[in-house]
Amino acid sequence: MASLTVNGKAYTIDVEPDTPLLWVLRDNLGLTGTKYGCGIGQCGSCTVHIDGVATRSCSVPVGSIEGQKIVTIEGLAKGDVLHKVQKAWIEHDVPQCGYCQSGMIMAVAALLKDKPQPTDAEINSEITNICRCGTFQQVRQAIHAAAKA
Amino acid sequence: MPGLSRRAFLVTSAAVSGGLSVGFPLAFAAGRERAAETAAGVEIDAWVVVRPDETVVVRIARSEMGQGTLTGLAQLVAEELECDWSKVTTEYPTPGQNVARDRVWGNFSTGGSRGIRESHLYVRQGGAAAREMLVRAAAEGWKAPVTECRVSKGVITHQPTGRKTTYGKVAAAAAKLQPPKEVALKDPKDWTIAGQGLKRLDTAPKVTGKQIYGIDLALPGMLVAAIRDCPVIGGKIKSFDATKIAGMPGVKRVVPVDDSGVAVIADTFWHAKTAIDALPVVWDEGPGATVSSASIATLLAEGLTAQEAYVGNKAGDAAAAIAGAAKTVEAVYSYPYQSHATMEPMNATALYTPDKCEVWAPTQNGEAALATAAEAAELPVSKCDVYKMLLGGGFGRRGRSDYVRQVVLIAKQMPGTPIKLIWTREQDMTHDAYHPISQCKLTGGLDAEGRLVALKMRLSGQSILASLAPQSLQNGMDPVVFQGLNAGGAESAFGYEIPNLLIDHAMRNTHITAGFWRGVNTNHNAIYVECFIDELAHASGQDPLEFRRKMLKPRHLEVLNAVAERAGYGKAPPGRHHGLAQIMGFGSYVAACSEVSVGPDGKVTIHKIVAATNPGYAVNPAQIERQVAGSFVYGLSAMLYGQCTVKDGAIEQTNFDTYTVLHMDEMPEVEALILPTGGFWGGVGEPTIAVAAPSVLNAVFQATGKRIRAIPLAQHDLKSA
Repeated sequence: MASLTVNGKAYTIDVEPDTPLLWVLRDNLGLTGTKYGCGIGQCGSCTVHIDGVATRSCSVPVGSIEGQKIVTIEGLAKGDVLHKVQKAWIEHDVPQCGYCQSGMIMAVAALLKDKPQPTDAEINSEITNICRCGTFQQVRQAIHAAAKA
Repeated sequence: MPGLSRRAFLVTSAAVSGGLSVGFPLAFAAGRERAAETAAGVEIDAWVVVRPDETVVVRIARSEMGQGTLTGLAQLVAEELECDWSKVTTEYPTPGQNVARDRVWGNFSTGGSRGIRESHLYVRQGGAAAREMLVRAAAEGWKAPVTECRVSKGVITHQPTGRKTTYGKVAAAAAKLQPPKEVALKDPKDWTIAGQGLKRLDTAPKVTGKQIYGIDLALPGMLVAAIRDCPVIGGKIKSFDATKIAGMPGVKRVVPVDDSGVAVIADTFWHAKTAIDALPVVWDEGPGATVSSASIATLLAEGLTAQEAYVGNKAGDAAAAIAGAAKTVEAVYSYPYQSHATMEPMNATALYTPDKCEVWAPTQNGEAALATAAEAAELPVSKCDVYKMLLGGGFGRRGRSDYVRQVVLIAKQMPGTPIKLIWTREQDMTHDAYHPISQCKLTGGLDAEGRLVALKMRLSGQSILASLAPQSLQNGMDPVVFQGLNAGGAESAFGYEIPNLLIDHAMRNTHITAGFWRGVNTNHNAIYVECFIDELAHASGQDPLEFRRKMLKPRHLEVLNAVAERAGYGKAPPGRHHGLAQIMGFGSYVAACSEVSVGPDGKVTIHKIVAATNPGYAVNPAQIERQVAGSFVYGLSAMLYGQCTVKDGAIEQTNFDTYTVLHMDEMPEVEALILPTGGFWGGVGEPTIAVAAPSVLNAVFQATGKRIRAIPLAQHDLKSA
């Protein structure tokens, strides 16, 4: 059993406590916007916010985060109003296949909370998500645009 | 593709530029009477559905995997249709519908950068034919001559009277008309929707998490499977002990998959994965188990001097000219296996019953997936269908249907229950169809004036066709290995005029599956040619750009000159160095100028790349820019870090911790020059990848004097002596 608050909603889920948060989100809660890419915390496709901190959910046992607040890509917008990072992503036509972009957007949203005007060097050190389509150039442009928004 | 209709699509794919009235037997209405249920709205022809609310649904036969083809194809249809772009949406017809309608949508296969260049003609004709039918329906309603009617953004006007109607209102009447026998296409100069850098149609759900990929699919009552396949390709299962995992949470069944794999079916993926990891399996690894990277290197090295080889391009007498040359230069290069590493691992979902099999799959080749599903299900094609899901990356990997076969074989063992098979990253990286491995020995002969009078190029390595489509070999030869090296043709011609030339291939295959990896054989061929041309330039004391200019064919030279000029070639800032490369691939001409510095610690920084592309016609320049920038990420990942090595017959790299790829911090600034000259249609998803590695490696030589001839760069020490 695990008790979780995801996107403002409380859940009690019947799972083994060592189940990674990623698979609880996807398989038990049907929140499939958070993606599986590597399962070992390397690629960042599964990035969510845990108490506001960008975290790779494939490497977090659900039993270790009782009572903490989780936000996934589905909970980033406020109702119908998209987060400024999501808006910048649309404005700059960032996604190609889009598979890594949920994690990318969550990582960037957390970065902008800590560093509202990140430098290129800060972007380089903080945004370590893998994108195989190669959207990095558009990602960088959109981060700077979102920082100005 | 057993069982599929092989009837050729009626419209020729011969490139015909716009502005012509093209006569052709229109097949756009084939099977229209059977199409009513495929979309809400009225089908005008196979490509266009109009809804009463004026929404225009454009049918897309090719797969979307991030490359933007879906948006580009919709632009081409909408351009001729004269509809309102803001009301355009898209849908995929299924491969089963295509078979049932005599392949009215043509080829579904999406690879080789062919999505737009090989279907632009008939999709534009499909849009134009629908426009004519809609306008004629309006004219007939007004009892007016068609010639008095004009259309703009889906609104039809009877000019003499000013009466107006819309596509939505006349769609039902238009659908009853016979399609025109021929249509005139616009001159691309007059395009207003195509040719524009419009935003993609499919972005919004990708930023909210709402986009459903194959891996996200949920069906009522669905179970999830995880698989383990023999780590050595060609090996088999000897035994597995299902009793050891029988009590594990969520486990429903443990089933064999062909003779090489075993799958656990469970309630969730995590339960299936946990159980399959714990399942004791005994393998019979087969003869492949004795193979290693070292043994493969020896095999390929032997091919470099073997007597027998398939000749791909020959002019004059290279051997004699080299023997008589004032100076000769020789070098051996190599390129390793690479994994596609799509971000979304392979997956598919199947629902099998004894008289029907349905598959939901992210696939680059819907029709091959359908044929595979039918074969695995042992059902006629007419009782099967494949629903294409958006691909979380393809890069050539998803043209292969191995995972489709597996999911059907698993689902067959639980009839009536939908089964979703998800590969772990580890399964994915160790069971890829890898970028083929090769070596290349090059010998150049220079005359006393420093002119390249002869070039011999011996490729030795693996054939993709031998792995994936041996029926396509031509008397044993794989013509695809000569991509970028061909004597001529519209696809991938060699760029240099050299009087004495011999390019041949000693095919050396291994048990490792070779596959189409974005850019395919141009990737290593461009390194071999463009780095060696650089070597020859330096050996003869000439600037690499000037040396190339003396030999390059005009189209090749145009793009090279463009990057040299834009980048300020030869005038790099202090401490930085330029490197050049060019190639023709996938019907397009591309070139790059990379600006690189190498620190005293050997660290390579790629500051900027200027890249030029001449694809003939540019359907969406903004998306081409993104394909060019993304191509550098893919090409540079491979050049900097990428290699899949073999130990005891198995691939050693299993995940992104051992198969390193380029990240944000190493992404150079990319400036894309899009230089369409018209007159031909080339692709854009792949050609640029090939110039990424050689342009950087040539700049690294400028910086260090060290010539890197074996990929990846990471294995070389570039520290200052």
